[in-house]
Amino acid sequence: MLRITCPHCGPRDEIEFRYRGDASLSRPGPEDDAKAFQRYAYERENPAGMHLEWWLHVGGCRRALKLQRDTASHVIGGAGEP
Amino acid sequence: MSPHRIAGRDQGAPIRFSFDGEAIEGRAGDTLASALMASGVRLMGRSFKLHRPRGVVTAGPEEPSALVTVVRPGRRDVNLPATMVELFDGLEAHSQNRWPRLDLDLMSVTGRLGSLFSAGFYYKTFMGPQGAWERLYEPLIRRAAGLGHASTEADPDSYEIVHAHCEVLVIGSGLAGLSAARAAGEAGRRVIVLEQDRAFGGGALVDGALESWRSSTLAALSAMPEVRMLYRTTAVGAYGHGVVAALERVADHLPEPEPFQPRQRLYVIRARRIVLATGAVERLVALANNDVPGVMLATAARAYVNRHGAAPGRSAVFFVNNDEAYAAVRDLKAAGIAIAAVVDPREPTPIAAEAEAAGLPVLFGHEVTAVRGRRSVAGVRVRKRGTMQERAIACDLLGLSGGYSPQTQLAAQAQLGTAWIEAIAGFAAIGPSPDAEAFSAMIPAGAAAGVFGRLEAARHGAAAGARAAGLASDPAQPPAEAREPAVPPRRDGPIMPLWEVRGRGKAFVDLQNDVTADDMRQAAREGYRHVEHAKRYTTHGMGTDQGRTGGLVGAAVLAAAQGREVSAVGLSKPRPFVTPVSFGALAGAETGAHFKPERRLPLHGWHEAHGAVFVRIGLWLRPLVYSGGDTSWGPVVAEARAVRSGVGITDVSSLGKIDVRGRDAAAFLDRIYANGFSSLSVGKARYGLMLREDGIVFDDGTTSRLAEDHFIVTTTTGKATEALEHMEFHAQCVWPELDVRLANIADHWAQFAIAGPRSRAVLSRIVAGLDLSNEGFPFMAAGEAIIAGVPGRIFRISFSGELAYEVAVPAGHAAFVWDAIMAAGEPDGIRPYGLDALNLMRIEKGHVAGSELNGQTTAADLGLGRMLKKKGDFIGRALAGRPALAAADRLQLVGLHPVNKARRLRNGAHLVSAGEPKRSQGYLTAACMTSEGPHDWIGLALLEGGHGRHGERMIATSPVHDEAIEVEIASPHRLDPENARVKA
Amino acid sequence: MQRYSAFRLALEALRGHGGWQPAWRDAAPKDRYKVVIVGAGGHGLATAYHLARDHGITDVAVLDKGPLGLGNVGRNTTIIRSNYFTAPNIRFYDHSLKLWENLERELNFNVMVSQRGSLNLAHSDGQRDLFARRANAMRLEGVAIEMLDKDAVKALCPLIDVDNGRYPVVGGFLQRRAGTVRHDAVAWGYARAASARGVDIVQHCEVTAIPREGARAMGVETTRGFIGADKVVLAVAGHSSRLAAMAGFRLPIETHVLQAFVTEAVKPLLDIVVTYGAGHFYVSQSDKGGLVFGGGTDGYNSYAQRGTLPMAEEVHAAGITLMPALSRLRTLRQWGGVMDMSMDGNPIISTTPVENLAVSTGWCYGGFKAIPAGGTCLAHLVATGAPHPLAAHFGLNRFETGAVIDERGVGPHPYLH
Repeated sequence: MLRITCPHCGPRDEIEFRYRGDASLSRPGPEDDAKAFQRYAYERENPAGMHLEWWLHVGGCRRALKLQRDTASHVIGGAGEP
Repeated sequence: MSPHRIAGRDQGAPIRFSFDGEAIEGRAGDTLASALMASGVRLMGRSFKLHRPRGVVTAGPEEPSALVTVVRPGRRDVNLPATMVELFDGLEAHSQNRWPRLDLDLMSVTGRLGSLFSAGFYYKTFMGPQGAWERLYEPLIRRAAGLGHASTEADPDSYEIVHAHCEVLVIGSGLAGLSAARAAGEAGRRVIVLEQDRAFGGGALVDGALESWRSSTLAALSAMPEVRMLYRTTAVGAYGHGVVAALERVADHLPEPEPFQPRQRLYVIRARRIVLATGAVERLVALANNDVPGVMLATAARAYVNRHGAAPGRSAVFFVNNDEAYAAVRDLKAAGIAIAAVVDPREPTPIAAEAEAAGLPVLFGHEVTAVRGRRSVAGVRVRKRGTMQERAIACDLLGLSGGYSPQTQLAAQAQLGTAWIEAIAGFAAIGPSPDAEAFSAMIPAGAAAGVFGRLEAARHGAAAGARAAGLASDPAQPPAEAREPAVPPRRDGPIMPLWEVRGRGKAFVDLQNDVTADDMRQAAREGYRHVEHAKRYTTHGMGTDQGRTGGLVGAAVLAAAQGREVSAVGLSKPRPFVTPVSFGALAGAETGAHFKPERRLPLHGWHEAHGAVFVRIGLWLRPLVYSGGDTSWGPVVAEARAVRSGVGITDVSSLGKIDVRGRDAAAFLDRIYANGFSSLSVGKARYGLMLREDGIVFDDGTTSRLAEDHFIVTTTTGKATEALEHMEFHAQCVWPELDVRLANIADHWAQFAIAGPRSRAVLSRIVAGLDLSNEGFPFMAAGEAIIAGVPGRIFRISFSGELAYEVAVPAGHAAFVWDAIMAAGEPDGIRPYGLDALNLMRIEKGHVAGSELNGQTTAADLGLGRMLKKKGDFIGRALAGRPALAAADRLQLVGLHPVNKARRLRNGAHLVSAGEPKRSQGYLTAACMTSEGPHDWIGLALLEGGHGRHGERMIATSPVHDEAIEVEIASPHRLDPENARVKA
Repeated sequence: MQRYSAFRLALEALRGHGGWQPAWRDAAPKDRYKVVIVGAGGHGLATAYHLARDHGITDVAVLDKGPLGLGNVGRNTTIIRSNYFTAPNIRFYDHSLKLWENLERELNFNVMVSQRGSLNLAHSDGQRDLFARRANAMRLEGVAIEMLDKDAVKALCPLIDVDNGRYPVVGGFLQRRAGTVRHDAVAWGYARAASARGVDIVQHCEVTAIPREGARAMGVETTRGFIGADKVVLAVAGHSSRLAAMAGFRLPIETHVLQAFVTEAVKPLLDIVVTYGAGHFYVSQSDKGGLVFGGGTDGYNSYAQRGTLPMAEEVHAAGITLMPALSRLRTLRQWGGVMDMSMDGNPIISTTPVENLAVSTGWCYGGFKAIPAGGTCLAHLVATGAPHPLAAHFGLNRFETGAVIDERGVGPHPYLH
């Protein structure tokens, strides 16, 4: 079970959070075409290792945090605000 | 006293129990196994596959053979190791897997045909003809397999999950565990100690020389307020980040739980550091007939003698490959049990030689080749190693010791490594690993870490405890000697790895699943060489005991068959749970009605009192119709007609409501919604459509602008949580530069729709501070007002297609305001309407709802394509334009009605054409009786290219109802397509 | 191949089982193959078998980084069914079911296909309508399915508390041809049959790179050296993204963990497969006697093949809510498998941006039941260069065109699937 340290609330169980996916992606802008959005919406690096990702602390402060987590070992590298 | 009790040992009070219907007397402090042993019962069960007679092999949870069913009134527990069942007065136990009786098991014919039932035999036969497996072979196999007959009744007991936090968690209370707990406790840490037994001490419980240390250590620990000791509690899983699950058997030793006491309790423990002091389990040796009742592990025999005063036999042979086991031999001898021989394959070691000098008949360089006897050990065959000449030695007990396997399951689960340690011929936990701080946080100690010897384990444990407490070395600490047991250092000679003695007869490596050494060799021969393949092919180690006494033995046989070392073959991966855990304990209290939280509307009580039939939608309970239980269409149509002809009120408080503020609130909503909101005037509401980034419709609702920088967004009930998170994510992560703040006000505001031509008249009677006239407050107006004296908000929006308002008030005033509206509406015959009438009216009007916003439809599919902004970015903009999302044959929203209007439409029906009756071209998403005709039906559907097919006739077919009716496709907007009513 | 039969078993019993031969050849890799399949799981092995059987292509190697069959084919909850909603999916999965029905005789290996029936439960009129809609879709495609009312559910499975306090059961639907299969045996049976047809099964051979020459893959670099290939096929479930990255492209895949559980073995207690959608719980009883069950995914990317505690709590609570008698039954083991979750919840059997490299991925948590048809269709794609008609909708280009299949309507968010 993941224990995630929320920058605002401290260490909490994973069930308090909602995962929101890869935080290394950035949303294309108004000028970008469908191809760019296709990459953003669908294509993933999906690494077996360190992964930068968004979590929402929905069971707490409802703030988003950026987490660095190893998807293979679940070792957490660090958490910070957006 | 029973001849199987050892004279002179303390005996507890008598306790009556029964086994297979026979009344027996045991003593307080007995387990079922010790009580049966003390009354001379040896045959305790039948094996899984071959139905061979089995007795007790161990004295702990690793027991593979003596599995029983315990029956209490209304309760039935199967496959319990008799070694872990604590005796209580009236205990009723039964043997398992036998028919008709334990002593006469006709299924044991499988044992006689045992050579057919070799590893994986079922993969090679029973292959036809088709259907024979289900009808013939499988039922036979299923009935023969399985162990006990599980209960089919609900469980009268309760369970609970509790959460605990500590700085140091110590798992195990043997020499290492207690020493670790003391060291951490003295450092002032918050400590929890887990012990699976009913008493603390582990190995110290069976070793008289350690009793004074054990009691003084426990006394010291009990004086430490920050140290919490839990017995009858097994750590069952390690989940990383310092989280451990532990099962406490709170009341299993009682006839039934005390009032308000749970039967079992699952602890979810979050520890900063974990000391793994789980000790080691003795392992068997594979030799012919090593399953006959009376073959027992040496430590188990010692435990029965020392802890229970029960005699496992009268005349014992020991077959041991290590010096530790000599302690058991000495203790049995001291208890008056004859030692017929100690068979030791090694050369004499100092300890073994001393035993011989003390008068024990030790046969060095010998091995036991077979056990004699069928239902009980009658003797063993022994030979000098390397020779063929055997001789028989009579005995009724064979004490086996093939060495000791550190209990490392939790270490492996926490991603700590294990390593082969030659000196103990076993895998021990190593660590802490470099990741310990971040993930496993686990420090192995004592035998679990491969540190054997009493003094050595105590010291290792103390060091681990100090380390877990964060102490390097504290000079202020008094000398450790005072805390150490008064025993000499370990001087054991080396163990001789000995896994199997080849002979004639079945040599088991897994007693519970009847897996033999030959099975392992056959698996290797057939290519199932990897330990995981062999496990799955032979079922080795897959029983309730997880193969703890024979796991490494089987792996060693598998390794030898390939000419490899067992250290290279390894063990299969240990997964939770270390010992089996009941469903009840893992579920805790959140079952039945409490499985998921139930959400009730602020006016739930009112609805209930007024005859509402409730429907469960997600977590919500919502009024379906106010009919006092009648679920036919009559009351629904009556509610809808009341609205269409006068006025009705419905509770829409479950809608999602989000307060959006900030300088960039409008810009934010422009991006969240596919249509624009910055153009919305203050005091106005607008229907909004949210897309997902892939261009598919996500949710809809009305959003109102109360000020330049202040909007109220509503979402559907079903998507309330998701839509809020979607908006929060985009506000915080995607566009953090926007000045916008979101507040979830769903629960803070109750909301009611007042609909019907008389709605304005009714509301006007109780609304102050707002001109409700059509000019003063036109369709899609929004504003703040005083409603029945309560400050609230009014929105002129309509889902029903009638002149309508939605009124929002703080949830605490919901009942007051609702009652006031009902009173104000009485002259107009106002009546409440439920979800069914709401749905009926939106179908008539052609509004989309959840069944059309199904995650597959685009705005264009729903006829809402024109809403998409032509300028500016919004979520879903780019991908909504992909070619397949604009294909002409997409499923598009249409209305429909039966050609014969009174024919019932089925919501599950598909649309086919008469020419192509087997090809679905779409399906109904909604169907209802209308508020107009006497029994007319209408529906909505998603139909291939539907927008261009109005007027076409098709078949609505529902093969599962054996129905097919002719329907006519129409516009979904049947009622008042000009919107005259809503603007009236 | 040594044929298995009752006669052979009796013969071997008489001579101490000394005559059994290895089920498959544990091959050392050659320098070059016509087709190299990465991943000796269900789909990889079935694809090799069908390349050999259907297309006569036997110059094939199946590589695995470990022993064969220990990924998802050896970790799932063994259910086979074809109760889908969209017509192309019904056709594909029902074809798979038909192949399962004869697989034992086809492979001469008893994989214990048990067509015991699979029951899905409905808890409201609305849900029953959705089930009827799905059942009708199946019936229109000629696939048998029955709607059951509450009493019929109770009669079929007395363990179910149809009046349970949270999500009472109003009915359900039953696919009698659905059931379970002995999962490990599927890998072994296909390995044995493929090996007998000349396919090399190379275990403990991890692919470390996929070197390219222009738009083509030259072969695979492995821990046992370079292996050249005319065609490379990836069938590595949750590890697809990593292998695709080696070949230089990204997939619409996230890897998530799905957990499963098994109880101690007990005498027959449950004769069918039961799916309790409202509680994210499904269960069947294995022939050995253990109840095999599982729930939803963890909800975040993970390559960790193990279980978590919150999921164990949730799944067991759902189990007791549906079947109160399970309360005192004990769970033995908890484990996890890594799923290749596609962005529309449907599989990908497709060519890729690398010309001679095909991929089978995106099976989410439904790959096991698809093994026979998945192998058939992937072999067809590899051998002919054109998609099999039954799998034409599983192309990778659907994400570009928008022709996604999303049966559940969740969208490109695997953590919500």
